[in-house]
Amino acid sequence: MAASSKQRWAALAGGVTVLALALTGCSGGSNTANGDEKTITWLVDNAENTVAAAEKVAEEFTAANPGIKVEVETRPQGGDGDNIVKTRLSTGDMADVFNYNTGSLLQQINPEQNLQPITNEPYLSNITESFKPVVTSGSEVYGVPFSTGMAGAVLYNKKVYEKLGLSVPKTWDEFMDNSRKIKNAGIAPIIQSYQTTWTSQLFVLGDFANVVTEDPNFPADYTANKAKFATNAAAVKGFEHLEEAGKAGLFNEDFASTTYQQAQDMLINGEGAQYPILSFALNNIKVTYPDKLNDLGLFPLPGDDASKNKLTVWMPGGTYIPKSSKNMEEAKKLQAFIASKAGCDAQTAAVGAAGPYLVKDCELPSDVPDAVKDMLPYFEDEAKNSPALEFLSPVKGPALEQITVEVGSGIRSAKDGAALYDEDVKKQAKQLNLPGWN
Amino acid sequence: MTLNTAPTATAVRQVPQVTNPKRRKGKSAYPYWFYLPAAVIYTALFLVPTVVSFFFSLTRWNLNEFTFIGLDNFVQFFQEPALIKGLTNTFIYGIVTSVLKVVLGMLLAVLLTSQIIARGYLRSVMFFPVLLSSIGVGIVFTALMDPRNGMINEGLAAIGIQGPAWLTDPAWALLSVALVDVWKGVGLATVIYIAGIVSIPQEYFEAAKMDGASSFKSFFNITLPLARPATATVIILSLIGGLRSFDLIWAMTKGGPGFTSDVIASVIYKQYQAGFYGLSTAGNVVLFLIVTAIVLPLSMFLNRKEVEQ
Repeated sequence: MAASSKQRWAALAGGVTVLALALTGCSGGSNTANGDEKTITWLVDNAENTVAAAEKVAEEFTAANPGIKVEVETRPQGGDGDNIVKTRLSTGDMADVFNYNTGSLLQQINPEQNLQPITNEPYLSNITESFKPVVTSGSEVYGVPFSTGMAGAVLYNKKVYEKLGLSVPKTWDEFMDNSRKIKNAGIAPIIQSYQTTWTSQLFVLGDFANVVTEDPNFPADYTANKAKFATNAAAVKGFEHLEEAGKAGLFNEDFASTTYQQAQDMLINGEGAQYPILSFALNNIKVTYPDKLNDLGLFPLPGDDASKNKLTVWMPGGTYIPKSSKNMEEAKKLQAFIASKAGCDAQTAAVGAAGPYLVKDCELPSDVPDAVKDMLPYFEDEAKNSPALEFLSPVKGPALEQITVEVGSGIRSAKDGAALYDEDVKKQAKQLNLPGWN
Repeated sequence: MTLNTAPTATAVRQVPQVTNPKRRKGKSAYPYWFYLPAAVIYTALFLVPTVVSFFFSLTRWNLNEFTFIGLDNFVQFFQEPALIKGLTNTFIYGIVTSVLKVVLGMLLAVLLTSQIIARGYLRSVMFFPVLLSSIGVGIVFTALMDPRNGMINEGLAAIGIQGPAWLTDPAWALLSVALVDVWKGVGLATVIYIAGIVSIPQEYFEAAKMDGASSFKSFFNITLPLARPATATVIILSLIGGLRSFDLIWAMTKGGPGFTSDVIASVIYKQYQAGFYGLSTAGNVVLFLIVTAIVLPLSMFLNRKEVEQ
């Protein structure tokens, strides 16, 4: 009696385990291929501009390669989107082609394991040399650039500058002088939009060209756990500038509840004069205020020395092929198309250009916004720009945006903020198993 | 009093322990495989992940591989600068919401069990916010609490009060979210209290009235003590809810401004989002232990009192 009951329980437990395993398992999807027409899928983020550009590229690509259709899929932006990419890659369920970040974030999706190397593909020769390092892991190259290069800089309202007779500042002191004059004229000198937290990071991230100017070894030392934001005199300045501007009361009054979109409205309507932001904001402004776009200009976040005025630039995202793709040939054709003049032209036709392309022979249309024209001289001369830190080092902490909100709002001091960020990046370095951090 | 009754309580509990083995030997009315569907779901969605998460909290993992690192994650988690803030905030949030829900829930329940007009309608209205999605409520209140253009501050301005920047002032952010949580959750507390109050025999109130007790007296001497089971339920439910609160906070402030309204759950979520899976698993294990450590003794304490009455 007791024995049979035990057996029954054992059988029950066994059954439960098997069923549990079946339930937790996942099934992969499959791609459709019928006859001579093939369809490949392309996963992009759901920003309006990205989708419009990708759809135009897909259309032109099919026109140039009859028989291959491209279906554009979308995913959320930011952290949620990252999780989707990571999950789909590790379950072997990724689209045939997908867009993802370049630089430090690329390392997080294990390129060696998940992505198709394209180091020996002929179309790689179309890509600007400066872009290759940010899509390289180990000795292999994995992606081609989608969209244009950007800058982390100050967008300013030229009409306000003209009205007050100001000139573009080349040093931090001039920038503060200008800002005080603007404040006296009753206009918000520096716009901050902490409701959209990521925008708070620009004072620190956009200052990086100045850091490298003073300390060229910073990225390497930083990756090796030898240099720290809090203790490096050049690196801590970004935090200090943010604190200084906030304490001087130079931000718009409701900076804490202002959103990215509202900040753009303020800037373009002249309620605010200067907005440190990534230049891709121009894409958005082009849609919302097409006739006022050229009221805006751009200058780099100034450092201490006017003669070393440099721009911090962001590389565009990349387009990659997962190893799991069942349509490798077609996927590579799409990559090749994106890395060609025809690919750039399709993107320009769809959304315009907010910066220079990183594909050779690509031309900017003559009607690029003035703010983009301000950016070009810095891009053309290598001595006048530096990639942002996230393209030179895989070490990037996730909490910088909260820290800069606190420093800007006066909740935390610059020194504390920098030290806290140094703590924050430790987790990333450990997760990546970087030498020197464990 | 306590000394006298405590042994009775244990004696009462011992009785089922004696009878239990006997009952186990007797044949159940249903075959065992009736348990299977529920067992499968419970095992797959609860037991397996719980056990597995205890293991993965000792590793540094991504979706493809893991390295065993012992207790490093816990060390790292407790060094987390936002953790102390998150921990304090979690307790403040849990206590503020459960106290307010108990007080307001009780008052509303007394009101809604008395003879007032449109009682049935008012009861439904009271319960309605409970049915809404937290995210929806969060988004609506974020708009209402906007410091400049929000309806709340415009309303306050109309009567000459300058409202605070509800969600963006570090001093107010957590409290504002807690208040919205109370608004959303008080309906449930009220319903539990209504059930508790309605189940008190009317004879007590009648007898009290005959003896000339005021309504205040009958509230404090009859309603309050006899609704104690309801109080226990409300406290436990809202404390558990408060301690693991996440959705409303994430929808309204995302832990901000900065880290000022972070709770443990949002700290853990941000770690997960950043790809520190081992670290966030360790955080969840810690949260699990904290909630258990608080709620288990509390529930035992409240239930023991219940036997005493």
